[in-house]
Amino acid sequence: MDDVAMIRARELTKHYGKTRAVDGLSFDVLPGRVTGFLGPNGAGKSTTMRMIIGLDRPTSGSITVDERPYGAIRRPLHEVGAVLETRAVHGGRNAYNHLLCLAQSNGIGRRRVAEVLELVGLESVAKRRAGGFSLGMSQRLGLAAALLGDPPVLLCDEPVNGLDPEGIVWIRTLLRSLAAEGRTVFVSSHLMSEMAQTADHVIVVGKGRLIADESVEAIVSRSSLNSVRVRTPAHRRLAELVTTAGGSVRPEHDTLYITGMGAAQIGDLAAHHSIALHELSPQTASLEAAFMELTADSLDFQAELAS
Amino acid sequence: MTTVLDNAVGTTPAPATTVGFGNVLRSEWTKLRSVRSTYWTALAAALSTLAIGIIVCAQWVHEIDRHREQKDTLDAALTSLNGLYLAQVAVGALGVLVISSEYGTGMIRATLAAVPQRRTLLAAKLVVFSACTFILGEIISFVTFGICQAILHRGASGVSITDGAALRAVFGGGLYVTAIGLLGFGLGALIRHTAGALSALFGLLFATTALADLLPTSWRNTVIEYMPLNAGSQIITTQPSHDSLSPWQGIGVLFLYGIVALAGALALISRRDA
Repeated sequence: MDDVAMIRARELTKHYGKTRAVDGLSFDVLPGRVTGFLGPNGAGKSTTMRMIIGLDRPTSGSITVDERPYGAIRRPLHEVGAVLETRAVHGGRNAYNHLLCLAQSNGIGRRRVAEVLELVGLESVAKRRAGGFSLGMSQRLGLAAALLGDPPVLLCDEPVNGLDPEGIVWIRTLLRSLAAEGRTVFVSSHLMSEMAQTADHVIVVGKGRLIADESVEAIVSRSSLNSVRVRTPAHRRLAELVTTAGGSVRPEHDTLYITGMGAAQIGDLAAHHSIALHELSPQTASLEAAFMELTADSLDFQAELAS
Repeated sequence: MTTVLDNAVGTTPAPATTVGFGNVLRSEWTKLRSVRSTYWTALAAALSTLAIGIIVCAQWVHEIDRHREQKDTLDAALTSLNGLYLAQVAVGALGVLVISSEYGTGMIRATLAAVPQRRTLLAAKLVVFSACTFILGEIISFVTFGICQAILHRGASGVSITDGAALRAVFGGGLYVTAIGLLGFGLGALIRHTAGALSALFGLLFATTALADLLPTSWRNTVIEYMPLNAGSQIITTQPSHDSLSPWQGIGVLFLYGIVALAGALALISRRDA
């Protein structure tokens, strides 16, 4: 596994009429880990995914896979597998033939078609028309198509949408094992809680712009929502002391939630003034809360649009 | 579960082939043969041509029995192939659907992810569709001609396929259907929406002649000659009228309509978002 970025966006911009769906986005997606692509609905995730596989053309900037634009790849199914959010199946064609026609275009044989059908658990419905498939079955069929060429790069746009809990665990395990094999796995979602369990690294976007590009732990530890919970009989006195020392306090009955100071500093401060503490515990913000905080601006923007 | 994945993913060696035109042709052939609409359309085209040919020819035999002099005015080849005017509706619609259904269902996204070379894709689709339409059209045309001439022979008014003009008309019947299919395909690729492309196709085929009637008489006839149906159908008649294009010019004009639509689609296909 090397650290060469498999997907690279540089100043990527896409306008639809006057709407700026993606606005100067630059990021790298590295192999060997699951990279989450997060943002509220309408943040430009799907558009970016579509530009990676050449469905939409960037207005300006570039996005490449293994340092080439997608259109220059000779056998794309062997290099990139993509599961898009919207259905990409002719409902009148059965699952086997759907996969077969895609496989044939890249010189992939029938044996591999049977293999991927089995891999996603659709072998028993292979001869049924895809139009009658449930959302979960359609997701599995999309994944089967993405895996046809055994690609080193896998893109999934909102893969857990419409899946039952069992399906969600299944896809999470699959994505993680693909990444563990050294593949590049790039997964979009608007659900931070889901990403917290799947992704190692997250790229957060809002209003088409980059908000964060770092590890899940870094996002959480950086959040201003991290606090220290303190319980003490002398809570009024301690609150004054903390405020004077530069921290901020949110009191709740006899409990204080302190931000801007670490647990050690607070403990020392209390000891110095001989205040007894009944509890002193750091509270870590959930990834979801951290995400809400990060994307608050773009959510406001969406609410304005909606109203 | 993990062991299954580890075995199935990653250990399958990638076949050492490249996306070539042959692969895309094979893929498009699978697509065409794996949806029911293809078979229904082919059946509709074949049955309508045959049924109308048989009915019209049987009527002629009846007519000739009563009025022998009408025998001289009969275009035996064209009469037997009258049903192609109905078959063209089915084939034109299939031409539209072959491409517009990919956009309508979203299949185009999977297709373009597998074959990002859009012109190669369109070319392969076109080759597969027109080859099938041509073969289908020729089979329908020759079989219908054979059956109908057998009927007309009872009125002693049939022609043989060895007759030069008749052979051109019957072979031309298959060409005519192919040209209509190509026009449907071109419009489908250009417009990408099934309803819109079907409206454009049938508007172009059927409404244009009626609209041309509104033109000033001085140039109305010239315009009408070049309308797709009037131009294309010259290849099927063995008794061309003096104010129409020659059979080969006519079919050439009909093909040209399809080629213009296709050229438009080819020019746009790489620039559009899918």
